[in-house]
Amino acid sequence: MTIDPITLAVLAGRMEQIADEMDATLFRSAFNPIIAEAHDASHGLYHASSGETLVQGKSGLPIFVGVMAFAVKAVIDKSARDGDLSDGDVYIFNDAHIGGTHLSDMRLVRPYFHDGAVFCHLASVGHWHDVGGAVPGNYNPRATEVFQEAFVLPPVKLMRGGVLQQDVVDIVLRNTRLPASAQGDLNGQINALDLGARRLDALLAEYGAETVRAALDALSDRAETMTRAEVSALPDGRWEAIDCLDNDGITDRELPIKVAIEIRGDRLALDFTGTAGATAGPVNISHGTAVACVYVAIKHIFPGLPANAGVMRPIDVTIPPKSLLSAEFPAPTGGYTETILRMIDVIFSALSQAVPDRVVANAYGTINALSLAGHRADGRRWVMFSFYGGGHGGSPEGDGLNHGNAPISTATIPPVEILESAYPVMFRQWALRPDSAGAGQHRGGLGAVYEIELLEQSAEAFLFGERGCHAPKGVAGGGEAALNRFAYENAGTWHTPPMVSKMVGIHLKKGERVRLETPGGGGYGPARARDATAVARDVRLGYLSAEGADAAYGHDWRKGQA
Amino acid sequence: MMRSTMIGVDVGGTFTDVFVLDEATGRARVAKVPTTRPDQSGGFMAGIAAQVGDLGSVASVVHGTTAGTNALLERKGARIGVITTEGFRDVLEMRRRDRPRTWGLRGAFEPVVPRDLRLEVSERTLADGTVHTPVDLEAVRAAGRALIDAGCRAVAVLFVNAYANPDNERAAVAALRDLWPNAHVASSSEILPEIREFERFSTTALNAYLQPEVSGYLARLEAALTGQGFGGEFLIVQSNGGVMAVDTACRLPVRTALSGPAAGVIAAAYIAQSAGFPDIITGDMGGTSFDVSLIEDGQAALAAQTAIDFGMVVRTPMIEITTIGAGGGSIAWVDKGGLLNIGPESAGSDPGPVAYGRGNTRPTVTDANIVLGRIDPDRPIGGGTLDVAAARAAIDAHVGTPLALNTEEAAEAIIRVANARMAGAIRLVSIERGHDPKKFAFMPFGGGGALHAGAMLAEVGLSRAIIPRYPGVTSAMGCVIADMRQDFVQTVNAMTDTADTEALGALIQNHIDDGARLLDAAGVAFAGREVVVELDMAYVGQTHTVSVPLPIKLEGDTVATPLREQIVAAFEAAYRRVYGRLLPGGVTRILNLRTAVIGTRPKFDLKALAPEGEGVTTPRTHRRVHMGAWVEAAILDRLSLPVGAVVTGPAVLEQPDTTILIEPGLSGRVDDFGNIILSREGA
Repeated sequence: MTIDPITLAVLAGRMEQIADEMDATLFRSAFNPIIAEAHDASHGLYHASSGETLVQGKSGLPIFVGVMAFAVKAVIDKSARDGDLSDGDVYIFNDAHIGGTHLSDMRLVRPYFHDGAVFCHLASVGHWHDVGGAVPGNYNPRATEVFQEAFVLPPVKLMRGGVLQQDVVDIVLRNTRLPASAQGDLNGQINALDLGARRLDALLAEYGAETVRAALDALSDRAETMTRAEVSALPDGRWEAIDCLDNDGITDRELPIKVAIEIRGDRLALDFTGTAGATAGPVNISHGTAVACVYVAIKHIFPGLPANAGVMRPIDVTIPPKSLLSAEFPAPTGGYTETILRMIDVIFSALSQAVPDRVVANAYGTINALSLAGHRADGRRWVMFSFYGGGHGGSPEGDGLNHGNAPISTATIPPVEILESAYPVMFRQWALRPDSAGAGQHRGGLGAVYEIELLEQSAEAFLFGERGCHAPKGVAGGGEAALNRFAYENAGTWHTPPMVSKMVGIHLKKGERVRLETPGGGGYGPARARDATAVARDVRLGYLSAEGADAAYGHDWRKGQA
Repeated sequence: MMRSTMIGVDVGGTFTDVFVLDEATGRARVAKVPTTRPDQSGGFMAGIAAQVGDLGSVASVVHGTTAGTNALLERKGARIGVITTEGFRDVLEMRRRDRPRTWGLRGAFEPVVPRDLRLEVSERTLADGTVHTPVDLEAVRAAGRALIDAGCRAVAVLFVNAYANPDNERAAVAALRDLWPNAHVASSSEILPEIREFERFSTTALNAYLQPEVSGYLARLEAALTGQGFGGEFLIVQSNGGVMAVDTACRLPVRTALSGPAAGVIAAAYIAQSAGFPDIITGDMGGTSFDVSLIEDGQAALAAQTAIDFGMVVRTPMIEITTIGAGGGSIAWVDKGGLLNIGPESAGSDPGPVAYGRGNTRPTVTDANIVLGRIDPDRPIGGGTLDVAAARAAIDAHVGTPLALNTEEAAEAIIRVANARMAGAIRLVSIERGHDPKKFAFMPFGGGGALHAGAMLAEVGLSRAIIPRYPGVTSAMGCVIADMRQDFVQTVNAMTDTADTEALGALIQNHIDDGARLLDAAGVAFAGREVVVELDMAYVGQTHTVSVPLPIKLEGDTVATPLREQIVAAFEAAYRRVYGRLLPGGVTRILNLRTAVIGTRPKFDLKALAPEGEGVTTPRTHRRVHMGAWVEAAILDRLSLPVGAVVTGPAVLEQPDTTILIEPGLSGRVDDFGNIILSREGA
């Protein structure tokens, strides 16, 4: 059946609203701040037999937009093998090797039935606060197997015919340091799926299953058409880019990530051959995550494309086997964020050679997962876990954003006052980092400085970061941003970790501090093209030191001083 | 002399609306004059003069203003400075590490205070309120002098953890007041003593940013009124839908950020409740946007904070208004995938729709309404004539040809997609928050909404629509109706089990005393006074709080200490209402105390607005109007219809400030107040 374009527009909005509403339900009721404040979660509707993304919420984490399709497909395969699917079943799992991302992300998948058959799947994913493993918060840069990162749950039935399987819940809650938080998040995810099913019931009753199915097909076709139109407007050719991760946390050796992008007519091919092999340490990602990451990069370059699988039809992705972009069980994947951020960077760098006016420079490129953990005087355990921000790249339109969130995320950072009221710490500094932006006609945004002092007797710190050896790059002739820097205080002297931005078990005593200085974004266009008054303004406002300005822009900026 | 006249004035982007009520006779008059720019006081005085000769007879003038909103959106506030805790000068600029749009990674942010006007001083308070480092007052004075030398006209003192203990901020403010040349000195704990430094600093800084301009504007208005013999009270509408005295507005101008729209929602709630519809959804359709609010049981929902623009966060209670970019001027376009879209790009009111002939060539929603005969091209709102041929050509070129539709089909498609987007906004505030739309009536106001009212009934399943007698001056009417309301907040941050309830009672008492003082000072006659107390509470571990209404016992102006059992019971009731079930064994926390002190003002009888006499029920003329197909529709003069008149569709009701479309199968009835009640026939 074909569907008229007007009904299609109406249904597109209705279904997007269902996914948005599922997001909102979990954000409001979640117990852990990574979901409630940082929105590290996502919901959507997925194809009945292929698992492909049909509709995704607007407010969920961008990287999940593509990766959830792999998670749903894993459930489809599992239920086909087992042959025992019935209405009201809900699967739960966190296995990164079949569902993508890392073990902190708990996925719930609910086959949605209509007239006795699966019409589509509803799914919910959220980043739980703790899922066991060696390091509170699960960012363990020393892990060499998934078992050291967290407990691993393959797809199992959390609900059978609408009945909660309490034994499964008991297993899950026994394997976390924070069972109350986990229980709250689990309830929130179940509620979100319930709500999605109720809304779909109403939609199908109103429009009929055939019309809705036709609309879903048409939306995927339309996404494909739009992508082909966007790609056709790009020049044909082949462009390459390479960048490196600092190390895998185990061995201090750089790890190249390489892409070759080829455009022919309305097809776009990305080939990551030349990327480093799988690593012992946890910067590996699964094949599904790698493909999903390409989708995120494409959406940033063409923001008008819709969020469904049709976008990927004209795009070929080649991931070399046995590489760190196609890790196999039980290789650790806890630091997947760092690897996919670097993939996005090289995609931008390669495409900038083809269409410099369509691409922004590299953002700061590391999430800097920093945990401080210890026990209070009364014995209670505390874990302060957060991601930190940095600068965005300069763009064809202007300078980059100061202190933004990572391109794979839309997470906000908790306020200092909330952190200080919840944990025994005092922030000494929470500021922009001068001289951290890449120079350029449009400079990058600034990174930040966070300095934290311990107020209790003792604690341990854990850091998982990147960009300590290889700085975020500029595009179209723009300059590099500053490197990530981390230091900790011990008995009056400051130290840096041997793996630069990765370390576990840093012992801190009362009054000692850790200090994180994050990269800015790369510059856009050559530094010599920057207006002298803009450089002079940056110096006056302290974004840039006079010496930094001389080094990046030459001495002529002084003529721009009013 | 008896002062019996009340005047409401709403200054909008295009028109200044005036609503005059003579309480002695119950008679109301309205005026609409062009808004003057940049100084809105010209239009303000002209609008009043159009209806009132002698200001000596006026008891009160109540103003809904967009002066603050515009200054924020257009970045036209004053040059101001910030004095803050060492290590934290960049909080305003770093925000909460967000970005303007999810996709694209473009766009930067300029805070309203540039970095060189944000100065640090040595001081520090800890989260438990302990002063870790006393404030260096010499450094504060030096910073103050430096900001004065730099030309700053206001200064904000923003210290970390000042919500927990304001001593350092108070000392700094006292030192600054000795040397600052005007009254524009404020600290974050005075403006918003609530945890979360970015939100508190942003609200305080934006308040300072508005203060010189808004207080200057209000002073000019007050002088102009007084100069013409006005001796009554001059009141300003706040974003929370209550009014405040003009001197409070000069001190807290940030509370006017949504002043104009809030007044409209207040009027809508009152009109609907009087007409027997306590549950409504309002829809204000302007040139670029469609603003929706939900009113349940006569009460508008309040949002705790709003971002006026990216990074411009104001945290004070505001009427919750959901805005989508689908107004009369929103442009219809077909994307690369062949799908018809409406907005967010808009032709606004200038150049406006294609048919206005002011240079826009891309079709808008209004152009579609014109092409379909729903708007009379010879009698549009604001006068003049419209170019129908140009509108048809634009719709053909940009929508009809790419989608292979004829002109009328293309115009209907534009309306249908626009209706779907507006319906989506209504679902967002109703269904998505658990409200059954069947319970609600739709109230369109502003110029364009009544053309789409029937479609909203069909699309969302609302029971009926109620179109007020003067939809174009709803906000001005709301000024006259609004109560006086003062909101207070104080962060408590204590476990419910161990919280000091006597200290909590004392905090509530402080809020009540402060509120009563402001009500007394305004010199307004109140019909009654109310105190509403809410606690923001959550289970330990949750970051989002639930708003918990706390029943209190007042003897005179003295509040009884709240009991712990009452607090626990109130939390459980509120949590169950929001999330369905409680967390067994969960430990709870009280984050904030919020108190509203309300002086209710005497209400006027809306029957004063009802039409009198037999009126005219025969059509003025007939016209071809496209509603699926061309039909012959009766055209009637809305204001001449008498009480009880019923008009069945297809029909168009016309009046100077709006056009009402009654589609086949719908009928409109004039109720006792002169409202049109639109419903399905037989419903």
